[in-house]
Amino acid sequence: MKKIRPLAAVAVGLVATSGLAACGGGDSGGGTKGAGYNAAVDKVINASDTKGGELRLAISDDFDSPDPGNTYYAWSQNFVRLYGRGLLTFKPSAGPDSNQVIPDLAEGPGQTPDNGKTWTYKLRSGVKYDDGTPVTSKDVKYAVERSNFSDELQLGPKYFKAYLQDNSTPYKGPYKDKSPEGLKSIETPDDNTITFKLAKPFAEFDYLVAMAQSIPVPQARDTGLKYEQKMASSGPYKVDSYERGKSMILSRNPNWDKSTDPIRKALPDKITLQLKQSGDDIDNRLLAGSLDVDAAGVGVQAGTQGKLLTDQTKKANTDNPLQGYLRFASLNLHVKPLDNVHCRRAVQYATDKVAMQSAYGGPLAGGDVATTILPPGIVGYQKFDKYPQTYKQGGGLDDKTLQAAKSELQQCGQPNGFKTKIAGRSDRPKEIAMAQAMQQGLKQVGIQTDIVQYPAGDYFNKYVGAPEFVHKNGVGIMLMAWSADWPTGYGFLSQILDGRAIKPSGGNNLPEEDNPAINKAFDDAIGNTDKDARAKIYGQIDQMAMDDAVDIPIIYAKALLYRPSNLANVGISQGYGGMYDYLNLGVKK
Amino acid sequence: MSDAKRPAETLNGGPAEVAAGSAPSSAFLELRDLKIHFPTDDGLVKSVDGLSFKLERGKTLGIVGESGSGKSVTSLGILGLHNRRNAKVSGEIWLDGTELVSASEEQVRKLRGRNMAMIFQDPLSAMHPFYTVGAQIIEAYRVHHDVSKKVARKHAIDMLGRVGIPKPDQRVDDYPHQFSGGMRQRAMIAMALSCDPELLIADEPTTALDVTVQAQILDLIRDLQQEFNSAIIMITHDLGVTAELSDDVLVMYGGRCIERGTANEVFHEPEHPYTWGLLGSMPRLDRGRSERLQPIPGSPPSLINLPSGCAFNPRCPYADQTGGLSTTERPDLRETAPGHMVACHLGADRRREIFTDEIRPKL
Amino acid sequence: MPRIVFAYLIRRVIGAVLMLVIVSMVVFGIFFGIPKIAGQSNDQLAASFVGKAPTAEAIAQTKHRLNLDKPIWVQYGKWVKGVVIGQDFNNGPSVEHCSSPCFGYSFKNNQAVLPQLEDRAPATLSLAAGAAVIWLISGVSVGVLSALKRGSVWDRAAMIVALGGVSLPIYFTGLLALAIFSYKLDLLPGGGSYVPFSQNPGTWFQSLILPWITLAFLYAATYARLTRAGMLETLGEDYIRTARAKGLPERTVITKHALRSTLTPILTIFGMDLGLLLGGAVLTEHTFGIAGLGQLSIDGITGNDLPVVLGVTLVAALFIVVANLIVDLLYAVIDPRVRLG
Repeated sequence: MKKIRPLAAVAVGLVATSGLAACGGGDSGGGTKGAGYNAAVDKVINASDTKGGELRLAISDDFDSPDPGNTYYAWSQNFVRLYGRGLLTFKPSAGPDSNQVIPDLAEGPGQTPDNGKTWTYKLRSGVKYDDGTPVTSKDVKYAVERSNFSDELQLGPKYFKAYLQDNSTPYKGPYKDKSPEGLKSIETPDDNTITFKLAKPFAEFDYLVAMAQSIPVPQARDTGLKYEQKMASSGPYKVDSYERGKSMILSRNPNWDKSTDPIRKALPDKITLQLKQSGDDIDNRLLAGSLDVDAAGVGVQAGTQGKLLTDQTKKANTDNPLQGYLRFASLNLHVKPLDNVHCRRAVQYATDKVAMQSAYGGPLAGGDVATTILPPGIVGYQKFDKYPQTYKQGGGLDDKTLQAAKSELQQCGQPNGFKTKIAGRSDRPKEIAMAQAMQQGLKQVGIQTDIVQYPAGDYFNKYVGAPEFVHKNGVGIMLMAWSADWPTGYGFLSQILDGRAIKPSGGNNLPEEDNPAINKAFDDAIGNTDKDARAKIYGQIDQMAMDDAVDIPIIYAKALLYRPSNLANVGISQGYGGMYDYLNLGVKK
Repeated sequence: MSDAKRPAETLNGGPAEVAAGSAPSSAFLELRDLKIHFPTDDGLVKSVDGLSFKLERGKTLGIVGESGSGKSVTSLGILGLHNRRNAKVSGEIWLDGTELVSASEEQVRKLRGRNMAMIFQDPLSAMHPFYTVGAQIIEAYRVHHDVSKKVARKHAIDMLGRVGIPKPDQRVDDYPHQFSGGMRQRAMIAMALSCDPELLIADEPTTALDVTVQAQILDLIRDLQQEFNSAIIMITHDLGVTAELSDDVLVMYGGRCIERGTANEVFHEPEHPYTWGLLGSMPRLDRGRSERLQPIPGSPPSLINLPSGCAFNPRCPYADQTGGLSTTERPDLRETAPGHMVACHLGADRRREIFTDEIRPKL
Repeated sequence: MPRIVFAYLIRRVIGAVLMLVIVSMVVFGIFFGIPKIAGQSNDQLAASFVGKAPTAEAIAQTKHRLNLDKPIWVQYGKWVKGVVIGQDFNNGPSVEHCSSPCFGYSFKNNQAVLPQLEDRAPATLSLAAGAAVIWLISGVSVGVLSALKRGSVWDRAAMIVALGGVSLPIYFTGLLALAIFSYKLDLLPGGGSYVPFSQNPGTWFQSLILPWITLAFLYAATYARLTRAGMLETLGEDYIRTARAKGLPERTVITKHALRSTLTPILTIFGMDLGLLLGGAVLTEHTFGIAGLGQLSIDGITGNDLPVVLGVTLVAALFIVVANLIVDLLYAVIDPRVRLG
């Protein structure tokens, strides 16, 4: 026993030292004062046009692929624009502005003479690749063909394949189908024009061409799966090297012409992105000023949050944006007694969202308590609260809210509550903690629940997404999280509320909501080229779903991001899910 | 090491702090009141507690006693092999006019191997398994002689030949594990004798060997003694070995000497009951089959907590004949005949009577 | 004697190859077997190599492309065939040939596995070898000093630090070292600064100092404890007493007689440790952002990337086998009682 004391003392000393060292970790880069907490959420801060310097990014992960045609990750979609120009892109700005799409390689937004069935884009002239050859509309067509129709490139979205008309014999992609015309529904009458013909009207096609897959790829330089090693660059930077799991280094593309590119500032001379770095180390380097951006954009490590918020100068360099995510619980319409809307509403009232928020990490790392399915920042979001809750001092739902739940239970014919199950992903401890918090809340009105856990990998295709499984096992309540591939009501809601998204093989419409009015609203919206009209419909869909009480919004996810003071042109992009827009970042010396 | 503080003159003149009356010894080896104590968590282990004797060149002293009686501790003490950090050594050890207890470790080290050497009990564990026999002898020679490796090697081969190892020029490069037990012991002896030591301490040199080899080794030691005129301390619990080789015999019990005399005296006119016991428990070839060995009853005493009075009293069949003295007073070592010392409370006449009447017939 | 050694080596090489074959089979078995027991189908496996919300068609195509639609033994056979005679790989517009020994292509990033291993190995080798030198020297010297000064203040302090070293995880000591020496004091480069030796030896060395020390600290602690225990045991041996009885100076007794015996068993552990580390110093590589075999193996495992997992496992196994062989050979040199055979 004697030996333990000095050892414990040493250990405590070490921990204390580490705390001190980490707290004092360098003078936050640059030395200039931070722009303030959340300053970059609604506007671009540290505006600068000063060229030069090296922008240093790091990430704890790697690309799925840096090939613009073969990537899905949001940060990657954001980043690849430094070396590739798609037809359209998200506006480099902050706040609501940042989920607008604006012309990039194209001269203007898509022209659709037939209400969204045919889309034509005119390319800017004079745009060249890094080797000096001109960019043509055929390269855009080729890029879409290879990314959406080949067997080899499977990592990116397949929206073009889903919405474009197919050839009479299904098109197999440019690697198998060597015919000169390729996919007939993409026409390139001249080198500056490209027309997409869809199977049915799709009013948000501009969002699809804002994805990296419209970045042109010259067929002569395409090496398929190897393309990521040697990509053609149409942006202001070219990729000097990409080494998997190590780094990507970008330098200026000498053939990029500013006059063809009104939206890019192209400030740094060099951009380095280090891959597979330790998350804790990334935070420390950001704080020490030896790193400029954590490219993942999903927030600092849990251990760093405290350090940032307790220090006012550091806090002035942080943003806590919404991440375009909703964490919610779905109530299955076919599991008794949740088939009765009153029972679902009882659950709506009796769900202790604040406790669930705490379980997920509190307001900062978890997010804000949610009352709508569409999160703020998504086109169509309307603020409303169908099932208002009030909380007691010190936590827990108050009697009034519980009473509301009980009266719904009465109407449902289950005055004493009922029994059901809450599903969560076994390998996501925070989700299970949320389930436990929910369980406690529901217990107060007599709703008894068992928590069932399923592996994340098969959660949707085998368990909660498969109707047969859900019915058979009586899983009434299912926790999940959702974000959109493009920031509109359609992008967000269609997969989780459209009755046609219910698939026996597993899908994401967990409640099996199949409300004809909602289904029709989706069709009306996507066939309507009036942006504002669509936005209104999305709000209505959200309201209808909440009237049906099929989903219980819990939190709008947020993250705590750190921006060193020397970083210029910093703004949170809603288009890329609440991370910094990487297009125009610069470094102040 | 920490001996820098020790006065340098100790080697020649003897230390100034040695108590009055301890003049330099004229004997080749003399121990005066040697005490070797080990402080442990359980108490002070008095392994050797006041041992004195003299030994001249060309003579052999046999030290006998059970395990734990202090024989080996004494021999290691003479060589200065106890770690001074955990052993307290006091008293005097005079070797050829030099007092070793107060000498610096470095001084003692220089004498070790050259002036005094030791043959260890188990030659397999006492030789380094990773070095050849030759290398180990060469090392022993070269540490005291500034000669080339080649010369030292020749010397090693020579030594191996002298201890009777056949083809020594080949065996010199063998490793200890490639030697047989007897050969290993010979090699060990060759190593010990490589610097012609004046004092040779043999600690159970034949215990691990079978009888024929035992006899050969003893012959070898005797021959070598004659050749080098060394003084030998033969430590053994085997009285037969002692009887064969020794001029004088010293019997130890509980860290002290309880009987000392010439081999003849100790073997033929032993006066201490413990010595009788030792003799009685000795296997002899001439002993009849029907006669059984008489082990000494009881077990050796604890060196931390010796029995009061005579340390042997709990095991002594005659302790009740001393009027209680045996349990209260420690007997001094007293001369019972010229050169024959015994530490026993029994009267000299009584001892002789018991020996003649009871002990001798059974031996 | 040389003939015996040669025969011995041949036997060991055959044994090693057999072992690698078994390892590859076990990896295959585990990779497919355990998820299957847990209820995962090949569809889900294939889905992890397709983007978000994959269509059934995309999954089917991917399954076919990666041979996941074939029985395990067919897949194993194809893999073995690749190793023995090479294989072709379809990039889309072109087909490339991966010549023997071809360890297949990553499911995740579609690159040939062997070049990735070759690319990653120098980083791990630099890290492990440098750290090994430091920990061996420091661990053994601290252990020896502790043993010689047993019970002293130095001994106690050293052993407490060693206990700390053994129990503190690298991601703690590593981050602490980075926080102090790099971000606070700015003495050494921070995380992610590793460059290959061939690119810039100076930066290579500087960037590895902290990883070396951090990794070495963990092992040095273990080695100090082992050496101390071994030294104390050896110092009690009869042959050490003999060496002293010969009149050898204490320094010779320690360095020539005691240390050699003490180090022999440590050599075995050292061989194993180094062999294991060469297969990937996972935590250190992660903490300092060094793209070595350890990072690759973690990526492979978390990414369900069988060919990469196989490759890394085999490399690790190979390193261990080779390290063991070297240790055994050295053992025979050091300890004459050991015979090869």
